[in-house]
Amino acid sequence: MKILVCISNVPDTTTKITFTNDNTEFNTSGVQYIVNPYDEIALSRAIELTEGGKGTVTVINVGEAANDPTIRKALAIGADDAVRVNAAPRDAYFVAKQIAEYAKDKDFDIILTGRESIDYNGNQVAAMVGEFLDIPSVSIIKKLTLEGDTATIEREIEGGKEVLTVSGKFVASCAEGVAEPKIPNMRGIMSARTKPLTVVDAVAIEEVSKVTKYETPAPRGTVKLVPADQTEQLISLLHSEAKVI
Amino acid sequence: MSVLVYVEQAEGKFKKSVFEAVSYAKAIADQQSTNLMAISIGDVAESELKELGKYGAAKVLNVSTDQLKTFVNQAYASVIAAAAEKEGADIVVLSNSFSGKGLAPRIAVKLKAGLADGAVELPSNDGKFAVKKTAFSGKAFAITELTSANKVIALNPNAFGVKENATDAAIENFAADIKQSDLGTVIKDIVRATDKVSLPDAELVVSAGRGLKGPENWGMIEELANLLGAATACSKPVSDADWRPHSEHVGQTGIAISPNLYIAIGISGAIQHLAGVSSSKVIVVINKDPEAPFFKVADYGIVGDAFEVVPKLIEALKAHKG
Repeated sequence: MKILVCISNVPDTTTKITFTNDNTEFNTSGVQYIVNPYDEIALSRAIELTEGGKGTVTVINVGEAANDPTIRKALAIGADDAVRVNAAPRDAYFVAKQIAEYAKDKDFDIILTGRESIDYNGNQVAAMVGEFLDIPSVSIIKKLTLEGDTATIEREIEGGKEVLTVSGKFVASCAEGVAEPKIPNMRGIMSARTKPLTVVDAVAIEEVSKVTKYETPAPRGTVKLVPADQTEQLISLLHSEAKVI
Repeated sequence: MSVLVYVEQAEGKFKKSVFEAVSYAKAIADQQSTNLMAISIGDVAESELKELGKYGAAKVLNVSTDQLKTFVNQAYASVIAAAAEKEGADIVVLSNSFSGKGLAPRIAVKLKAGLADGAVELPSNDGKFAVKKTAFSGKAFAITELTSANKVIALNPNAFGVKENATDAAIENFAADIKQSDLGTVIKDIVRATDKVSLPDAELVVSAGRGLKGPENWGMIEELANLLGAATACSKPVSDADWRPHSEHVGQTGIAISPNLYIAIGISGAIQHLAGVSSSKVIVVINKDPEAPFFKVADYGIVGDAFEVVPKLIEALKAHKG
C-alpha cells in the first residue's frame, strides 16, 4: 500500500501574527515554522497503517527550499521519502493542482491531508486533489480503518457523525482523533538526514485567487468585572447591555 | 450571469445557517444586479423549499433522486457545478459547514473558480471581487481577490445574519446526470445527538478548561449550557486528556467559532485558544486567577472559583428566566 501525505509549512501556533508592506505581506521575521498540526495527525495515521512492512508513506510539500527543515521533521516522524514541488504556494488551487500532477501516475492508494492548515484555514486541498484526480474525497474525518480494499471512515457532521465506506483510491482530510501525533525519536531524527527528498518542478496553472491585503481584528475594550457573589448582575448585563441572552 | 446558492438540508429541513447563506447570496445578487437561485439536493418537502423565498431565492432547483438521498461529496459537487453551468451562474455560495467544506473545493475545480472559504463579509464592490475571510485561526483576516470568471464563496456561520427579503420561490425539478464513478462513498450510519446544539452553528457557547479539574465536574457546565440553549465546548488540554470529545475542542487547532456569546470557565486564555474564539461577539470569562490572559480580551469577567461561581450563575439564570 502506498500512502501520500500532504504537509504544509506553517507558523508555530504561538506566533503573534503581524504584517508588513502596508499589510500586504505576512511578516516572517522571527517566525518558527512547523509541520501543520493536522498534517502531523494525517502522517501519524499513515505510518500506523503501513507499519510492519504493509506499505510506504511519502510526504509531499509545495514550497521553496526554506521548507526543507519541516519536510525533514516529517521524515523524522517516520515517512519513508519526501517530495517537494519547488514553487512558492499561491493558493490552495495551485497547491492541489501540483499535488495532483505529481500523484496522477504514481499509483497511491490513499492520499491524506490535515483537515485545514492553521495559516489560511483552508479546507480546500484534499477535496481539490480528489477532484483533479477524479477520485472520492472525504473531508474532516475523525477515524480511518482499513479492511482489504475498503476503508471505513467516520466524518464529523453538525451535531453528530457519519460513518461511510469507500473502496479503491481516495483522499481524506484528517482531524483530531484519527491518530495521536507521533514524536520523532533519535533514530528517526538520524535517519531523516539520509532519507530521499526529491525536488520536482511545478506545472504552470492559471491564477484564480490572490490575497491582496491582510487585516487584524479590532482591539477589544476593557473587561467589565462583576463581583463573584453577584452573578445576577452578570445575567442582567448580558440581557440588557450586551443583549445576547 | 447569476448567483446560485446551495442549500444543505438535514433530514429534510434547512437550518439557520442555510437561511444565512441565502440572505448573503441575495445580497451579492443585488450587489451584482442579478438574480438568485437556490439548489437543494435530497428529500425536502415543497413547503420547506418555499421557505427559501423568504430570504430572496426567486427560483429553487430541486434535485430529488434515490441515489442522492444521502450526502455523496463527489456526486453533489457534480450536480451543483452542472446546475451552475446550465443556469449560467458564475457565483456559487454555500455554507462553510462540514459538508460545505468538502463540496466547495470540488465545485471550484469543476468551474475553474477561485474559492474564498471562511468568508465573513460581502465581497467588495469596487470592480475587484475581493472577499474578507478568516486566516491564522482568527488572529487575522485575508482579503482574497477571486480573479477567475467563476467564483465560489463558503460563508462562515454567524458571520452575516439572516435577512428577510420576501419573494415567491418558484420550485423546479432539476434532472441530475449522475455518473456511477461519482458514487464512490457509501453512508452506513448517521448518528445525530438531537438534544445538543451544534457547536459551529451555535449562537451561544459555554466552554470550560482545566480549571474544572476533571470530567466528573462537567455536569454544571452542561446544566448552564442547557439553560441558555447553548452548545458546550472545551480547551485543548481538556480534549487531549479525554475529559471531553475532540469535537468540542475550540481554538487554533480545534474548531474556530464566532458565536454571539462565548462563556469561558476555568480557561486561562493561551494564544492558541484565543485564536479560535476571539471573533465571538461577547466574551465572558470566569477564572480564579485575576492575571489570566483571557481577561484582556473579555467583555465581562468574574474573578472567582468556578465551583462557587457557576452554581450561583445557574441559580441567577433560573431566577432571570422565572
